[in-house]
Amino acid sequence: MSNINFLKPDKSNLKTFLYLGSFLFFISVLDVFLNSFFNVNLTGFLPNLLSFLLPLILGFIGLYFVRIEYSGIKQLDLINKHINTNNFNAILSLLIIFVIIKSVPPILSWFVIDASFAGDSKDVCSGSGACWTYIKVWMRRFMYGMYPNAEQWRINLSFIALALLGSVGYFATNRYKKYLTLYYVVIYPLIAFLFIFFFISGGPVFFDFSYGIIAAILSIIIGFFIPSKFKFYYFLIVPFALYILLKYFLFFEEYIELGKLDGLNWVETGAWGGLSLTFIISFFCLIFCFPVGMAFALGRRSSFPLIRYISIGFIEFWRGVPLITVLFMSAVMFPMFLPADFFIDKLVRCIIAISLFEAAYVAEVIRGGLQALPRGQYEAAKSLGMGYWKMHIFVILPQALKLVIPGIANTFLALVKDTPLIFVVGLLEIVGMLNLAKTNPEWLGFAMEGYVFAAIIFWIICYAMSKYSYNLEIKYKTDR
Amino acid sequence: MNFKLKDLGPQLITVIAVVLIFGFFTYNAQINMENRGIDFGYGFLSQESSFDVQFSLIEYDGSHSYFRAYLVGLLNTILVSVIGIIIATILGVVVGVARLSPNYLINKFAAYYVEFFRNIPLLLQIFFWYFAALRALPLPQDAEAIFGVFFLTIKGLYVPAFIWENFNIFFYSIVASIIAIIVIRIHAKKLQESQGKQIPVFLISIGLLFILPLFSFLIGGVSLSFEIPQLKQLAATSFVYDGGLSLPPELIALTLSLSLYTATFIAECVRAGIQGVSKGQKEAAASIGLNPNQVLKLVIMPQALRIIIPPTTNQYLNLTKNSSLAAAIAYPDLVLVFAGTALMQTGKAIEIVSITMFTYLSLSISISILMNWYNKRIAIQEK
Repeated sequence: MSNINFLKPDKSNLKTFLYLGSFLFFISVLDVFLNSFFNVNLTGFLPNLLSFLLPLILGFIGLYFVRIEYSGIKQLDLINKHINTNNFNAILSLLIIFVIIKSVPPILSWFVIDASFAGDSKDVCSGSGACWTYIKVWMRRFMYGMYPNAEQWRINLSFIALALLGSVGYFATNRYKKYLTLYYVVIYPLIAFLFIFFFISGGPVFFDFSYGIIAAILSIIIGFFIPSKFKFYYFLIVPFALYILLKYFLFFEEYIELGKLDGLNWVETGAWGGLSLTFIISFFCLIFCFPVGMAFALGRRSSFPLIRYISIGFIEFWRGVPLITVLFMSAVMFPMFLPADFFIDKLVRCIIAISLFEAAYVAEVIRGGLQALPRGQYEAAKSLGMGYWKMHIFVILPQALKLVIPGIANTFLALVKDTPLIFVVGLLEIVGMLNLAKTNPEWLGFAMEGYVFAAIIFWIICYAMSKYSYNLEIKYKTDR
Repeated sequence: MNFKLKDLGPQLITVIAVVLIFGFFTYNAQINMENRGIDFGYGFLSQESSFDVQFSLIEYDGSHSYFRAYLVGLLNTILVSVIGIIIATILGVVVGVARLSPNYLINKFAAYYVEFFRNIPLLLQIFFWYFAALRALPLPQDAEAIFGVFFLTIKGLYVPAFIWENFNIFFYSIVASIIAIIVIRIHAKKLQESQGKQIPVFLISIGLLFILPLFSFLIGGVSLSFEIPQLKQLAATSFVYDGGLSLPPELIALTLSLSLYTATFIAECVRAGIQGVSKGQKEAAASIGLNPNQVLKLVIMPQALRIIIPPTTNQYLNLTKNSSLAAAIAYPDLVLVFAGTALMQTGKAIEIVSITMFTYLSLSISISILMNWYNKRIAIQEK
């Protein structure tokens, strides 16, 4: 055994340094661990500051001793490479380890150990932990807002039905895949609107649901016999024509009773709220902002100067103002711009405002994709004799949209995260409901639980969306 | 001139549609305003506002005009944005660099921070800090001093106020030292280009920045004293701190949440920028004998900044616009003071909303012009 130089750990005394270093490191971690989990202060006899810093110093010396390059022990090399490259990194690693150990017990006890889950009144929440009873009691309000309890099955039913209808794309066989775009862009939003209008709102029957269904089914059945050349125009026109035909010409007033959904009470949009409202608003805004944004992206790259300037003006205007002022505008200014007897529902105004606002962002993202395409694509399409629309629909847009999937996903995420702002016009989605519940005199002092609950929900939604977009990006990636 | 009748059609249709929509709106607005007896005009700006604002950077009370109230709101918005931008930039750069650290723990820590804060709505974060976290702070009488002079209480953060004598001399000394630094930098650059000599510009700059103001204290008669906040009893159970500067909890919650939220996006921009510089650049720089500091300063950063700046500008704009969420926690910013209180009092919806939007529009445009100018300065000078 050669001489030991403690300032320079080397390989010749590997064992000594390893045992000494890991012992010191272990002591320092143990000290912090005992301190935070069992409230035991091993170094209480030392002066205050030293007692506080001792784990850091010991751990640092320990890590310094084990920092031996090419020791031949696999785990040690791994540790040295990842958390112990130099003095600075060693201190940062130690700090992070200590912070984690220190913060686990209070968080754990607040979330689980001291928290109260049972019961349905405030009395059970006397401990120092979270009061999940509060969330449990208010759950319906957080999910459905002021929607009457007895009618909430309507929201559940519509959401389940829409989720099932929305997952059609996964089960479609190759033969039907070509209709999916049409389905998702036109038919599905229409069905969703009908569901929301009839089930959730329980609206008066000016837009009869049964006729819509009959028209859709009939037109799809006839659609199989239409030559594929006209199919696009067919599905653009015939379902609506069929619907109007059914409603105004074939069935007369006495038949309407057959198609009417009886027994549903009208629930005005002011009573909607909670998480379901977040979903409804996000859904419609997503659907509307995309085509509008695409149109303005194309407009901004148009060769017609007037269209270009109008598009630039539109995009820059919406991008320059905060959403909250846009909602203010939709609430106080927009009604002034409409004829006095013309009333648009608050929720609809909100959806229009958010859609236009996000459309500007979508437009900029899509423009990025359009610009990133090489000129050769445009020229090749033109040389095949394609016109403007054909070129964009079949050649340019499919490639450009593929490129900007991450950007569009980010915009959609921003949209979902912006929905709580609708409190400005007096609609209360989940965050708004939390603020309302927090001021209830019987349940004062549980703001923290509510916000943590909502944060978890939003986090899950947003994280799932970003993961999904990442998968899409991988799925549609084509190597050039 | 390449004039085609075919091209005119679509443009004409679009323009007519736009004009028709706007015409429809203005026509309705006129009729509606006539019906309700409201007249259009910006004259109300000079009227007495007769409402108070909690927190204001300039002198203001109810006897001042609406325009003054507008200025109060605007200054408060700018205050929050500037503080938020500074904190978010520092935090964002640190986290962005940490995400590239070879240290596994730091790397993961930064990654979790980014994933956590960017996926939660900003409004929820503001509410969390304001209604939940800051409400857990002690009352003024129970607050413990931080470093003996700062007091963090439920009523806000109290910091010592600076009391200057002969402040202008101090100010001039700082201006003089900045001018001296610029002169020295130019000189050093010339020296390096002509003779290849390097002088320690950074140390000299720091020295100048300290020495000249120090002289102003010793010779110029500048003196600085602090006014430390003192606890004062108003009633049996009501205490406040008197003296010093007080930052309201709304401001703290807002800057905290804005900067924590925006920092995650800036961190991603920084990470992308540094990753965007190819490895070969670093190796090439090292192979011509630059030391690691020089590699970072002269080779990596100038290239990384080109990638970082445009998206970061967008984040600054977003932060400025997001500061309007202040209205949700009653921080008196532009939206709350002007589009809220003033609108309720005057009922001039069109005028006030348009002024507010126009203000934000010009704020956004001025930030983007500034950053475009900077971006152009550091962009690659292609031949």
